[in-house]
Amino acid sequence: MLRRILFGAVAIGLVACAAYAAFYVAPEERTMGAIQRIFYFHAATAWAGETTFFVCFVANLLYIWKRKPHYDWLGVTCAEVGAACITVVLITGPIWAKPVWGIWWTWDARLTSTFVLWILYICYLLLRTLVDEPERRALLSALFGVFAFIDVPIVFGAIRWWRTQHPAPVIMGGPGSGLDPLMKKVFFFNVLAMHVFAAFLIVQRYFLEKAKHDVALLQREAEVR
Amino acid sequence: MKNLNSIFAAYMIGWGVFFLFFVSIVKRTRDLQSEVERLKKNMLREK
Repeated sequence: MLRRILFGAVAIGLVACAAYAAFYVAPEERTMGAIQRIFYFHAATAWAGETTFFVCFVANLLYIWKRKPHYDWLGVTCAEVGAACITVVLITGPIWAKPVWGIWWTWDARLTSTFVLWILYICYLLLRTLVDEPERRALLSALFGVFAFIDVPIVFGAIRWWRTQHPAPVIMGGPGSGLDPLMKKVFFFNVLAMHVFAAFLIVQRYFLEKAKHDVALLQREAEVR
Repeated sequence: MKNLNSIFAAYMIGWGVFFLFFVSIVKRTRDLQSEVERLKKNMLREK
């Protein structure tokens, strides 16, 4: 328990420092001005969410292969934390878009694929509420999770393959793209902070899933008696 | 600083979502832990 509290304190300390760096260390962007500072939170959260979905995908594959319940617990844990991250991305994006583009939302490739990603993982979580039998629920959701992950590379590639409303990538965007060196440092610090924070949420949520398993075991034992 | 309201809204709402999610995890974990305790007590009483 003490370790989890310490981990939480480190994660919160890191995200607080990352927010400070985004506001006071990073230089102001020339065309967008101060509003561009949302980028450090928005993009770092998106990266953390996609990493979380990758862990979910690996856990789903491992469950299909080995049928060990803890892979199912990790899968649902990461799906929920990833969905929370993408919710934040879908909220902060329009708040940034309105002053810059003059619109809250448009159905461009990146925005639509991100929205579909959110819907897919919400469906993953809903699917689990529809099946009572634990092994069947774990297998069905693992299969669905593998399918849902197909959208993650589409989200990544959307701004590289199709030039629509969303800006072109500034990281791994190829020749002509890039960030000011100090902006890049601040961005990667924000990415690190959001990954540590997501890891903290994953640990907390994993213990919840474990507690659910303990309750189910005790209930079964009580029924047998 | 121009558009300060938008920046403030993005950070506040974003962290608000994470805070609510964390609170929901803590609440669900506490409920389950008390259910574990209740079941354990019942089983001990039955012995």
